[in-house]
Amino acid sequence: MVRVPLTIACAMSVALAPFGAQTQSRLSLESVNVDLPPGDDLFPDGPGVDAINNNCLACHSADMVLSQPPFPRAQWDAVAHKMLTAYKAPIDPKDVNAIVDYLASVKGVK
Amino acid sequence: MEKVLLPRPPVSRRQILGRVGAASLALVAAPAMADTTVDLPFVGGQAKRLVTGAFPQKGALILQRTRPPLLETPFDVFDHSVFTPNDQFFVRWHWAIIPTEVDVASFRLTVRGHVNQTLTLSLNDILALPQAELVAVNQCSGNSRGYFQPPVPGAQWSNGAMGNARWTGVLLKDVLDRAGVKAGAIQVRFSGMDEPVVPDAPDYMKSLAIDHARDGEVMIAYAMNGQQLPLLNGFPLRLIVPGWYSTYWVKMLSDIEVLDQLDTQFWTKTAYTIPDTPGGNVRPGETGFNLVPISRMLPRSFITNIKEGDAFEIGTSAVARGIAFGGDAGVSRVDFSSDGGTDWREAELGTDHGKYSFRQWQIRFTLPARGKQVLMVRCTSSSGEVQGDTPIWNPSGFMRNVIERTAVVVA
Ligand code: HEC
Repeated sequence: MVRVPLTIACAMSVALAPFGAQTQSRLSLESVNVDLPPGDDLFPDGPGVDAINNNCLACHSADMVLSQPPFPRAQWDAVAHKMLTAYKAPIDPKDVNAIVDYLASVKGVK
Repeated sequence: MEKVLLPRPPVSRRQILGRVGAASLALVAAPAMADTTVDLPFVGGQAKRLVTGAFPQKGALILQRTRPPLLETPFDVFDHSVFTPNDQFFVRWHWAIIPTEVDVASFRLTVRGHVNQTLTLSLNDILALPQAELVAVNQCSGNSRGYFQPPVPGAQWSNGAMGNARWTGVLLKDVLDRAGVKAGAIQVRFSGMDEPVVPDAPDYMKSLAIDHARDGEVMIAYAMNGQQLPLLNGFPLRLIVPGWYSTYWVKMLSDIEVLDQLDTQFWTKTAYTIPDTPGGNVRPGETGFNLVPISRMLPRSFITNIKEGDAFEIGTSAVARGIAFGGDAGVSRVDFSSDGGTDWREAELGTDHGKYSFRQWQIRFTLPARGKQVLMVRCTSSSGEVQGDTPIWNPSGFMRNVIERTAVVVA
């Protein structure tokens, strides 16, 4: 039981010996070209849905918001303002209240 | 589980060559896979998530956010292997402009700033440098955020925003030495090819102290588990910062800037900070504490073969097994309790893949009484840190490492 892995380890290190630092073989990397899902779903209906659709989908998909737990209105207000100040979200100031209303209604603490 | 504590021989370069060829054939499209759902057992109620196969080079992952992708490793994956497979390794981006096409011939990594000579390195230049290899856990600062009580905004991860891989690449120190760091260097800043959607928003960058960057452990990886990185895990190059949270493990690394002043940009100075208190712990609503950048990880351990609510037969011997890691140190011991933390017994440890790796553990146990019993597992790191009994809390939901509890039913 103890000897078997030891033997394997020795065999491996012998096999590795020719690949010393000087004669390092080249790992070849392959170019990549992929498609990512668009994540362009709109928010579900609710009061102020136009405001949130117009202002909150540029940087991340709606599921960022919809997967949050319910929060009190004040906390949603803080989130909206963090988007403005920290992440420079181009939010129309007129819409902030409507967005927070939507969040408090759809993801608010009941 | 193996009893012999031999380090696993590294993947040979020949093996890497072979596997990369095979991997590239699989790049064409994401596998067709029926979407299912999973319920994450958060305190405030179960959270339903899609298990998706819709992302390129990726298998089944829990969908936390589509754009930019936040994808979580389903927890049963950690029971199958101590190494997390590349196609189920978690994914986490901040900004949605992620290049979907990377050409290996034209890609360049720039090393500039407070150095003797600016370097513009091709992938072949990097592959020609001495090779380094290390097994290390990559864990999101916010792993397990969904369990914070009261809840905090941010990705509502369960415990799968972590993974363990064998990283192959070059030492950052070797690259910095070739550029020649000038006297007076303070930090090194790393940036990838991803970009903010809004032009004046802060680009994602992170910095490390110059001594940390030159410690001979921080790496630039071009392979994980013997294959080139999936694009969503940072192809072609990713920074590896062993023992530190993955916020520092910059993906699609394309720019390294040696700084002679402290980095004051948003992602280093303002985001990813924790209270300057033991374990980053504060009371909900508390104010007046200092914030410092998050850094090294803490010990954690998990049971991987038993789920909440599983049924056991009274008096029958059973096996619990799982994974543990020491944070920025190795695993010294793992203890297990089958009675809610009254009695603890030391578990048997699996192969040691190095101090930054997951370590498997297992133990036999019997449940002597009917009813609900709570199984618990606790890791002690080789630097003597022990997981705590009560969950910590902070406003960002970072650094959770409480002793995990799994309630089972004995009949
Ligand atoms: C300018 C880009 C941008 C816009 C526009 C934007 N956000 Fe964000 N948002 C971000 C970034 C960046 C993050 C952090 C992403 C990450 O960590 O992956 C984020 C994170 C969040 C989070 C998670 C909590 C957190 O603080 O990380 C919520 C909730 C959120 N945004 C809601 C909103 C709402 C509501 C709106 C509309 C008012 C909005 N966002 C508009 C950039 C933006």
